[in-house]
Amino acid sequence: MSLSRREFLQLLTAASAAGFALPGCDNSSTTTAQTATQSATPTDPYELKSFGNVSFMHFTDCHAQLLPLHFREPNINLGLGNAYGKAPHLVGNKFLKHFGIKPGTREAYAYTYLDYVEAARQYGKVGGFAHLATLIKQIRAQRPSALLLDGGDTWQGSATALWTQGQDMVDASKLLGVDIMTGHWEFTYGAERVQEIIKNDLDGQIEFLAQNVVETTFEDRIFNPYTLKEQNGIKIAIIGQAFPYTPIANPRYMIPDWSFGIRDEALQELVDEVRGKGAQVVVVLSHNGMDVDLKMASRVTGIDAIMGGHTHDGVPAPSIISNSTGKTLVINSGSNGKFLSVLDFDVKGGKVSDYRFKMLPVFSNLIKADAQMAAYIDKVRAPYKAKLEEKLAITDSLLYRRGNFNGTFDQLILDAQIEVQGADMAFSPGFRWGVSLLPGEAITREALMSQTAITYPKATLNTITGENLKVIMEGIADNLFHEDPYYQMGGDMVRTAGLKYTIDPTAKMDHRISDMEINGSAVEASKEYTVAGWAAVNPVPEGRPIWEVVEEYLKDIKVVKIDKPNVPKLKGSSGNPGIANI
Amino acid sequence: MKRRTFMKGSLAGSVLAVAAGSGLLKPTDVLAAGWPKGAFDAQTEADMLSSLYGSSSAAASGKIRIKAPIQAENGRVVPVKVQADLANVEAIAVAVAKNPRPLATSVNLSGGATGYYSTRIKMGKTSKVTAYVKAGGKLHTASKTVKVTVGGCGG
Repeated sequence: MSLSRREFLQLLTAASAAGFALPGCDNSSTTTAQTATQSATPTDPYELKSFGNVSFMHFTDCHAQLLPLHFREPNINLGLGNAYGKAPHLVGNKFLKHFGIKPGTREAYAYTYLDYVEAARQYGKVGGFAHLATLIKQIRAQRPSALLLDGGDTWQGSATALWTQGQDMVDASKLLGVDIMTGHWEFTYGAERVQEIIKNDLDGQIEFLAQNVVETTFEDRIFNPYTLKEQNGIKIAIIGQAFPYTPIANPRYMIPDWSFGIRDEALQELVDEVRGKGAQVVVVLSHNGMDVDLKMASRVTGIDAIMGGHTHDGVPAPSIISNSTGKTLVINSGSNGKFLSVLDFDVKGGKVSDYRFKMLPVFSNLIKADAQMAAYIDKVRAPYKAKLEEKLAITDSLLYRRGNFNGTFDQLILDAQIEVQGADMAFSPGFRWGVSLLPGEAITREALMSQTAITYPKATLNTITGENLKVIMEGIADNLFHEDPYYQMGGDMVRTAGLKYTIDPTAKMDHRISDMEINGSAVEASKEYTVAGWAAVNPVPEGRPIWEVVEEYLKDIKVVKIDKPNVPKLKGSSGNPGIANI
Repeated sequence: MKRRTFMKGSLAGSVLAVAAGSGLLKPTDVLAAGWPKGAFDAQTEADMLSSLYGSSSAAASGKIRIKAPIQAENGRVVPVKVQADLANVEAIAVAVAKNPRPLATSVNLSGGATGYYSTRIKMGKTSKVTAYVKAGGKLHTASKTVKVTVGGCGG
């Protein structure tokens, strides 16, 4: 693969940020984020000159993607209220301009949807654990004491992860050398399985931290909230923050005795506690979602950096957030194994005096696969190989998922539900994970499972009144577009087929959705409609898993052609830099 | 479950309320102790307050803290804690404005008790949750909105 020296220098510099005078306890000095040029000319695109005395590597939301993949970033990621026009709510050229990335480059391909198919063919796949492993080893060679943080959503997202109840990813994470993790989809294997993995597999190797998960009766913590470590004689603390709305966004029955929530007051107490114990650097490993991270950084003091995930935002520079005593860096490192973030602190006189940050896109064809990890992946896939690689259909169109309202892969799942289930309309959840497929590629069972592999996959067929449809749509829209980030749950708007509607994301709860139409007629409040769906968070008595429904449809149609997904009519969002028409 | 935490919680609340909650007293005992039927049946907060305290006027107080999730994980059991840093707390009540019958809980505290009460309440939908604290013969109040939401789609 050819990559000119100039190109990889651009790659290195555009994504890096440096600044002075961080957080905890100092508000007097000016913090400047600036684009920094590495002083030495790298001989390798991923050579990163070491800096300071405390280092972290961070990846998040890999969703069990062991192999390199394509993953298209969204062209709709609306920011409302205070989030308008700010990272991460920028798409396409607005994103590139904001971060100083040149269009048409390898880096523009990593961070945006622009010319996606052509760029994907030119620059190849991203991620993959064998490639990530090589990169991590290389960074570790430069920074022997660096800690590897995994933001969670690691044990879920693939067929093999589901079929092994997360075991393939647990073992892969250990091999990768993850030091500390927190979680979200991990919990959908159930409380017992999570505890079993922590006790039998992670013990002594990976610390699973979450300050905001407690048992419901007396609110005792389920997991260790933080860990104290040392790098180069400097004491540091890492605090875990799991996804706060797991029991609402995912089935509560999987974790009936656990309560979550943001719990930022408890977090403040912990930050004060670890500072009291001598921590000179405090990092929160978060699965809040970036908007929640940004608000939390403005309220909780004494944190040097929040390294976050959940909303899958790959943001090449930290957001620097002021609070009453200092400043906190908020970093979100994308998803699906596409990115590895490297954060270096220079600690002097008991506090952070300077930092360097670099987000490295994992270009699979620029990195040699790690032999040990590659062998492990082969081994773990071997028993399932034929099943995984079975071709169910061919796609003529680009299939992807991300975007606030719909993706072509979601459209396929919706079309399959309407056709196979015989419904008036269909719902499909606004998940943000799963591979993208290029025109001409086969839709394998593995690709389909990357969109659907969950522990509550049953396809449902319900009768719902028009009035209740409106209530459901308004409720989900509020979870996504509430003006206060602490009420946002991440994910995207539920996808619909059969149902057309208009949405004004800037309106208040119960006033966002209008003009609902099913198959050309206005939805009537008292009329009942047949609605297909899947991934219900309440127990479902019977039903086939969604992947069987889609598989039946794919084998029937043989070739998929979806040029554009159906999206609702948008109001109140014109000019928003978080939206680009395609 | 930590016994010490449990003891701390039970001591802070009224002994009667805890005893009733854990089934140590038969319902008739509770009734005998003065079950405020009218207050629990009231359909507005004003009627509820009149029935409980003989007056519906309450002054907003910054000394009352309500600890409750901003979004309920399960509307059927929403944890609510009321902390009143007021002298001579005599009674604490919690009301859910949008419930058909707003009064969720009412406790009388014996002399010398701390103004702290922790409970679980049931909520039908998103609503203002209000704590009423009687202290020194006066009624004080504070409230917080708890959202009850549909699930799904996180991710």
